[in-house]
Amino acid sequence: MAGVKQDSRPQLRIAVVGHVDHGKSTLIGRLLHDTGNLPAAKLAEIEASSRRRGVEIEWSFALDSFQAERDQAVTIDTTQIPLRTPRRDIIIIDAPGHKEFLKNMISGAAQADAAILVVEASEGVSEQSRRHAYLLQLLGIHKVVVAINKMDAVGYRESRFAEVGKELSEYLAKIGISPLALVPISARAGENLVKASAKMAWYRGPDLLAALDGLMPAQPPVSLPLRLPVQNVYHFDTRRIVAGRIESGRIHVGDALIFSPGNQEARVKTIEIWPPGPAPSEAEAGQSIGITLDRPIFVERGDLASHDKNLPILTHVFRARIFWLGRGSLTPGASYRIKLATRLAPVTVQSIDRLIDTENLAGAESSSVSTNQIAEVTFRSPGLLALDEYSANPALGRFVLIDGADTVAAGIINMEGFPDERRAAADARRNLFTAEHLFGADARNRRNGHRGAVIWFTGLSGAGKSTLAMEVERRLFLQGYQVYVLDGDNVRRGLNADLGFAPTDRVENIRRIGEMAALFADAGMIVITSFISPYIADRDRARQAAKGAFHEIYIKADVATCETRDTKGLYKRARAGDLADFTGISAPYEEPPSPELVVDTMRHPVGDSVRAILDYIESHIVLKSAGPASG
Amino acid sequence: MLSHLDELEARTIYILREAHARVQPLGMLWSIGKDSNALLWMARKAFFGRVPFPVIQLDTAMELPEVYEFRDRIVPEWGLDLHVEACPPIESTDPNLPPASRAAARKTEGLKNLIAARGYRGVILGIRRDEQATRAKERVFSPRDLGGNWDFRDQPAELWDQFKTELQPGAHLRIHPLLHWREIDIWRYTKRENIPIVPLYLARNGKRYRSLGEKNITFPIESNAATIDEIIAELETTTTSERAGRSMDHESEDAFERLRSAGYM
Repeated sequence: MAGVKQDSRPQLRIAVVGHVDHGKSTLIGRLLHDTGNLPAAKLAEIEASSRRRGVEIEWSFALDSFQAERDQAVTIDTTQIPLRTPRRDIIIIDAPGHKEFLKNMISGAAQADAAILVVEASEGVSEQSRRHAYLLQLLGIHKVVVAINKMDAVGYRESRFAEVGKELSEYLAKIGISPLALVPISARAGENLVKASAKMAWYRGPDLLAALDGLMPAQPPVSLPLRLPVQNVYHFDTRRIVAGRIESGRIHVGDALIFSPGNQEARVKTIEIWPPGPAPSEAEAGQSIGITLDRPIFVERGDLASHDKNLPILTHVFRARIFWLGRGSLTPGASYRIKLATRLAPVTVQSIDRLIDTENLAGAESSSVSTNQIAEVTFRSPGLLALDEYSANPALGRFVLIDGADTVAAGIINMEGFPDERRAAADARRNLFTAEHLFGADARNRRNGHRGAVIWFTGLSGAGKSTLAMEVERRLFLQGYQVYVLDGDNVRRGLNADLGFAPTDRVENIRRIGEMAALFADAGMIVITSFISPYIADRDRARQAAKGAFHEIYIKADVATCETRDTKGLYKRARAGDLADFTGISAPYEEPPSPELVVDTMRHPVGDSVRAILDYIESHIVLKSAGPASG
Repeated sequence: MLSHLDELEARTIYILREAHARVQPLGMLWSIGKDSNALLWMARKAFFGRVPFPVIQLDTAMELPEVYEFRDRIVPEWGLDLHVEACPPIESTDPNLPPASRAAARKTEGLKNLIAARGYRGVILGIRRDEQATRAKERVFSPRDLGGNWDFRDQPAELWDQFKTELQPGAHLRIHPLLHWREIDIWRYTKRENIPIVPLYLARNGKRYRSLGEKNITFPIESNAATIDEIIAELETTTTSERAGRSMDHESEDAFERLRSAGYM
């Protein structure tokens, strides 16, 4: 049956790119007509529309559907038109060539399997020809057919074709594209489009359609390692279904999965389907699936499932080649949100490493990146990101940046020179040798009557951390304990005086506090830290630094409660927009998933909260056998 | 290896799940035509048998009786949360539009009222690129301003399946999970999945509806295709466009563009 066979007919998506006025839309319109793909009504409409504007038949009207596009004879936005050839179904993606519409050009071209780069014979290679070629390479489109158009305007001369072809091929070679064919054509006259042109008998290669027929659609990367970004977790009934699209590789029932960045492990119990039927035992790249797991681990949208072999890279820092679409400029220190597969996370620009000039491919230093420029930029993320290098696994190595409500950049990741932090801690330790103290922790503990400990308070501004820290310190001191509070005042003025409040500085601030608190604890002291410390990743690092001596206490109060307290007037200023990245208002607070103690200051008065913390310290930190010397 | 229809379906499911995860409150328009039926079917696949958002019919009371019959049969069968939004009368539409466009614009007004009343941030629609030239220029997640207008001169960048889900206050998103399907794909999928359709699509006495709209502005085409297989065979060779029977597309060169930039589907 014809219908069934057609189901598996390969469909090829081809973007048509190139400089404005080099005849892209005309080429597509004429190609549609010459392949019998223009419906009769559409042809009549184009003829009528051309007559109304007093022009000869204007093939570009087949695509330029907006009034503004027809009146100004320029393509504004990208469009897609189906074209059927005897061999296959093609979707033609028209991409605007005008510099002003580059974001539309990449929106169209990014969906393509292959591209036709159109260059006008008389004008030759121009600014947008090079930029579009460069963007194709950045978008990962390597199959390119070059059409040297408007050969009629140069008398169908072979020498001109050779000149333009040579110049373009040299440029393409430098950016790693080797064109599959260079075809001399006249789109308007229909020469060399669907059959060999008698006017260019000197040309021996394929006509344009024949060149396109040699292209194959891109296939989902089934042979790469498994990458399944979690899109959502559904609990519509008793099942807990983890849903997502397999970006690469295959998954089987029974497979052991690791969810990054949290490193949770579970096995695939079932692959769920609807309508109910025989349950599949495997699925592959390209499929949108739902799975259940054998253990109730906490995973959420943004997590990345892979097998325990071939894990993604975990990192706080990465370098990317970006195409900047924003209306303003990108500058070091600026913060954006990254969308990487299903992960949405804050990132900050650490440095602009080099600006790339698409004209001559030279790199230049710059303190900013402006609209339509391409640059290499290093980004830092407060939390760990799970990703791949673009060259290793495109779907997990590319991203967009969001500023407010707008998409402002597209980028591809290069990790050269950056370590995978999954192994970084282990690697760094290998080169260090610990000098052993001549007396151990036991001796210090016996003298003090208590263990060294990091009592790590976390919670919103106004939750009561400082009030409780100072009162707990007073009470412990009076009982003769070695105790000290680290807070913003005594840390920021000295040790961390070089740090500001940008997200990267905040991360570093907490890192140093964690390390210092660990040293205090190792020296036998009880150190209470009183910092918002909003990110789970930062607190986990502090926990690791303190080894077993870390006690996380969540001082719990919601934003509404803290805002009514607002002793420092900070919430009011944050609401007014005076304070950027204010936790709870314009920056997230990540609640501790399993703190050692939760102290709810909304429900309990200060005295009760202090008592709860002292009880905890007495049962976990104070040595039972020998009480401290009374003071 | 996935078949062509499998690939189309997987992408639509991905888009529906993105919309559901990132855009709330969310609703889906159901015209009860072949496209939105196929889309509802895929929503049931995406969410394992449930459609986790309301399904909205913009009702002008001018649909053909078979359409209402079909609706009343499917709603309980598929467990849909149906909301019927009565569209305002033709007098409330832009008087500068040609007559059939004004009739169609009643749905634009109905949609605006609905969004205002229910505060939707996202509305899912079953339009396709190959239906009509201005639809071919759409984004999958397409923002509309406070008045429901489409600023087609300045559409957001959309690549690598990263969709615009952040909005200015008062704006909403039109979400188009079927943009990449063609008419013939919808029919092959309807056949493969055995999805129910309004019988008006199948020829009787040499005529059938290729595209379903209100009875005052939609006309059947000459056809003997009485089964889905025959429809598919007909589409293999036709050079007539799908919306030839929809009056509002043909009243003037820019009739449909004007309708859409003012908020039509």
